[in-house]
Amino acid sequence: MKAEDLIESLAADLVPAPPAAVSRRLAGVAAAGAVVALALVLAWLGLRADLAQAMGGIMFWMKAGYAVLLGGAGFWCAERLARPAGSARGGLVLALATLGLLAALAAFRMSQAPREVWMPMWLGASWTQCPVRILALSLPTLALTLVVMRRLAPTRLRLAGAAAGLFAGGVAATAYGLHCPETAALFVVTWYTLGVALSAALGALLGPWALRWR
Amino acid sequence: MIVDLELRLHALMRRAQAGEAAAWRELLTELYERLGVYFGRRLGPAHAADLEDLVQETLLAIHRRRVTYDASQPFTAWAYAIARYKLIDFWRRNRIRGTVPLEAVEGTLWEEPDLSAEARLDLEKALAVLPARQQKLVRDVKIEGLSLAEAGARAGISEGAAKVALHRAMMALAAKAGAHEG
Repeated sequence: MKAEDLIESLAADLVPAPPAAVSRRLAGVAAAGAVVALALVLAWLGLRADLAQAMGGIMFWMKAGYAVLLGGAGFWCAERLARPAGSARGGLVLALATLGLLAALAAFRMSQAPREVWMPMWLGASWTQCPVRILALSLPTLALTLVVMRRLAPTRLRLAGAAAGLFAGGVAATAYGLHCPETAALFVVTWYTLGVALSAALGALLGPWALRWR
Repeated sequence: MIVDLELRLHALMRRAQAGEAAAWRELLTELYERLGVYFGRRLGPAHAADLEDLVQETLLAIHRRRVTYDASQPFTAWAYAIARYKLIDFWRRNRIRGTVPLEAVEGTLWEEPDLSAEARLDLEKALAVLPARQQKLVRDVKIEGLSLAEAGARAGISEGAAKVALHRAMMALAAKAGAHEG
């Protein structure tokens, strides 16, 4: 095709760009991913038996807040890295600040507790299941995010994949909190973080392949 | 000057994002020429046959993915990142190189088309008379196309201070050039 004709046809095809198109598409993914993760928790794991009671306590909300903030940081990173020349610095700072805050709380709780309970606080009753389950719950959101991002224009694919994984991990960890009865900050900061990190690592692994566009 | 270029292209892009076909046509036409120079230099004579396809493919990608442009960011950096991505993708697709050396994609879409290798050497020589900090500032703003605020942030100074320092550097360069000619 002649260049003039191509440019002419592209100009004729132009429609106004919808405002905030990138974040709206990713918000759609967040909603769909959260619904699927929630359905999986209900069908596969079940809600924690004492959910109504737990919702009156601060630890339930601390856990939920941690997961939501990590997911929000991932959303922010993904929203930036879905664009050419986008920088994920803001989202990364948010993720690290969130992690630092919960780590500080965990350290404080440890300092208040006798040494004998440190190990039970750390491992809880479900440390072997928690990271793997969060990773499993993150898979639908991760897949959906990668599909949507691929149609945008990420140029640093590994980093963009990791951001998609962080985002999906946050969504999954939020849903998993409705099942998981653990209450120690030390448990959450270790095993929830590991689950979300696994999801981010999977995203980084898949990114260069799944996000490649022409 | 790259700063004026950014202002002009950014304004065109904003009008295009609002749906103005004439602005989009003008912007694509300018990008078409710049992409031709940028890719042409990097593909070399061996792949000259692929040049036109690559340029048109990139224009098409810019068109289809234009919602990813955020008007609060520099347009030149956005368009250049797409061009660079398409170039790397081209090398990979054609398995011309297993790994792409950096120098094959470095430089920017915004270097002046008539800047030959010789002219570039001259530029390096001219820059060498400046203190290191000013050299970096001139490179960041005039060659890489960063905004004053971004270049200032890199150097750890405010936008205003970057503006003053850049002005001094340009005056020094002009004085040096004048001394040569005169």
